[in-house]
Amino acid sequence: MNDAGSVFTLSPESVAEFDKIVERYPTKASALMPVLWLIQDSAGFISDDAVVWISEKLEVTQARIREVISFYFMYRDTPQAKYKLQVCHNISCHIMKSRSIMTHIEKQLGVKPGVQTGDGMFVLEGVECLGACGMGPVMQVGSHLYEELTIEKVDAIIEGFRSDQPVTPDTDRKLEG
Amino acid sequence: MTNNQYKILSRRFDRNDAHNISVYEADGGYVGLKKVLSHMSREQVIAEVKESGLRGRGGAGFPAGVKWGFVPEDVEDIYFMVNADESEPGTFKDRFLLDYDPHMVIEGSIISSWAVRAKLCVIYIRGEFGWLVDRVQAAVDQAYAAGYLGENIQGSGYTLNMIVHKGAGAYICGEETGLINSVEGRKGQPRLKPPFPAVCGFLDKPTIVNNVETVASVPDIIIDGASEYRKHGTEKSAGTKLFSVSGPVKNPGIHEIPLGLPFNEFFHEWLGGMADGEELKAVIMGGSSVPVLTAEEAMETNLDYESLAEAGTMLGSGGMIIIPERCDMVELIQVLMHFYWDESCGQCTPCREGTGWLHRIVKKLRKGEGTLEDLDLIENVCEGMAGLTICPLSDAAVMPIISFLEKYRPEFEALIQNEKESISSSRWAREIRS
Repeated sequence: MNDAGSVFTLSPESVAEFDKIVERYPTKASALMPVLWLIQDSAGFISDDAVVWISEKLEVTQARIREVISFYFMYRDTPQAKYKLQVCHNISCHIMKSRSIMTHIEKQLGVKPGVQTGDGMFVLEGVECLGACGMGPVMQVGSHLYEELTIEKVDAIIEGFRSDQPVTPDTDRKLEG
Repeated sequence: MTNNQYKILSRRFDRNDAHNISVYEADGGYVGLKKVLSHMSREQVIAEVKESGLRGRGGAGFPAGVKWGFVPEDVEDIYFMVNADESEPGTFKDRFLLDYDPHMVIEGSIISSWAVRAKLCVIYIRGEFGWLVDRVQAAVDQAYAAGYLGENIQGSGYTLNMIVHKGAGAYICGEETGLINSVEGRKGQPRLKPPFPAVCGFLDKPTIVNNVETVASVPDIIIDGASEYRKHGTEKSAGTKLFSVSGPVKNPGIHEIPLGLPFNEFFHEWLGGMADGEELKAVIMGGSSVPVLTAEEAMETNLDYESLAEAGTMLGSGGMIIIPERCDMVELIQVLMHFYWDESCGQCTPCREGTGWLHRIVKKLRKGEGTLEDLDLIENVCEGMAGLTICPLSDAAVMPIISFLEKYRPEFEALIQNEKESISSSRWAREIRS
C-alpha cells in the first residue's frame, strides 16, 4: 500500500466524467463501481496508483477498493491483451458445442486459455453465461458479443482483428431513427 | 417467433426503431405514466398491480404489488432498483426488453418508483451487457429531455432521478441484497434477512428491487387494467411470460406465452420440435438452478408456477434449456457445478465449501476415479448445503445436481469402473481397515 499520495492522473475529459458520476450517486462510496469502470476503460486496467487516487477522491479505504476489484470478474488490475476473446462455457453454449470453438481458437492463437499471445494482441478466456443462450455458442469481445459461432466465423473474426478491420459484432445491430 | 396474438411484452421486438422515444410515444408510450400522475393515487396503482396477479419475473415469483405494499409509510428516502443483472444460465429475456424496448422498461420503472414514493431509481445492468448500458443510458437521457424524469415530472410535483449502473461480472448480484451492496460500492455479498430491503435496503433505507420483465409489465396493466392482464394465463399464474429457449430446437430464442400453456404444445408447435438429427432427453424449465425434468415428465406438465411446482421443479426465470439425447448428463452437471463454485460469494461456509466439494467429486467421477461412496457423498454434501445459507445460491447448486443424480443415476454409476475395486480403495474402506 502507498501512503505517499497519488501520482495517478486522469485526462480532463475523464475528470469531467468523474465529477458527473460522483454528482449522480447519493454517496461518494456508492460511486466506486462506475469510477472503477471509468478508469479501466481509459487506462486498460486499474493500477496501484489508481487505487490510491480513488481512495483519496471517494474517501474509501484502499482495502475496500481492492476487495471490490478482486470480487468482480470484469475488473482487472494488470495490463490486458488488446482483444480478449471470452467464450462462454456454460451449459447452453456447451450443449451447442462451445468446447470445439475454444479448442479451435486455442490452436489458432497458439496459446493456452488465460495466456496472452506474444504480441499482446489476444487472450482466450472461458467465461460463465453471457446471457445469449439461444444464440450459442457465443463469445464476448469488449462490450459486444459474437453469436452463433462456427469455426469459419471465428476465423473471420480473428482475421478481422489482425488486419484491423473488425467484423461487426452481432449485438451491434443497425438502428433506425 | 410464432403466435402473434400473445406478443404483448415482446410486441416491439421485431422493430429496429423503438429505442427512440418518439417512436415509443407514437406507439402509445408514456401514456401509462401520464395516467398515474394525473388520474390515480398511489394506493390505486398498487391495488391495480396486486389485482393483476403480476408475479416477480426474475425467478422468485413473489407478487409485485404485495412487495410494494411493504414500504413503510413514514419514511422519506426510498429507492427503487431494476434488476437487469440477468445472469441465470439459460436466461436472456431481459436483454431483449432493454435492447428493443428500453422505454417500456423505463416507463414501468418510473410508474413503479412513483407507486413506492422512490426518489432515485437505479437500473442495474450486468457488466457483460456493455452495449446495452449505452442503449439504456441514451433512452434515459431522452426521457429526462422529454420531462418524464428529473424535477417535477409532467407538472405533478414528483421528482425522480435515474441511474444506469453497470455491474462487473458477478452472478450473485442478481440476488436483491447482493445487488444493493453492489450499488453501495461493495462486494455483492447478500445480506441476512430480516430486515427485508423494503424496510432497510440501500443506504439502510427502504428499497424495492424488481426484475426488468416485471416492471416492463406495469404500463400495460395501468393502461388496460388488471382484468385485461388476467385474460391470459391461469388464476394463480396471470398474464404472459417471456421464455428464453436455448438448445438444439428448430426455433430457439424468445417466446412470449400465455402462462398455463402445455409444454407438449409449446415444444411441438412453437419450438418446432428438435433440430434435425437431435432427440429430446431432458428439459431445464426455468434457468440452470431448477431441478431437471426428463422428456417424459416435461411432456406432461404445463408452463405455469403451480404446474411446474407439482412436477417437482420451478418456473424460475423462464430460461428453458433443451437437452438433447447426445449429451452426457454428468458432463453437463460438471459444467454447472463449476459455475456455482465459481460464483459462490464465499460468505457462508456450506456454500463456499459445498460447491467446491460438489465440483471436485463430479470431476473425479468423470476422470474415472470415482467410487460408489462418492455418490452418497454428493447427497451428504447437499444435505449440509440446502436451506442453511444467507441466500439461495447454495440451494441453486443443490437442486440441479440432486435431480440429475436421481433421474440419471445410471450415467453416474457407469463412470465407476469396477464397483468392488472402488469400494476397497475408498477412504471409507481404508479407514475401516486401519
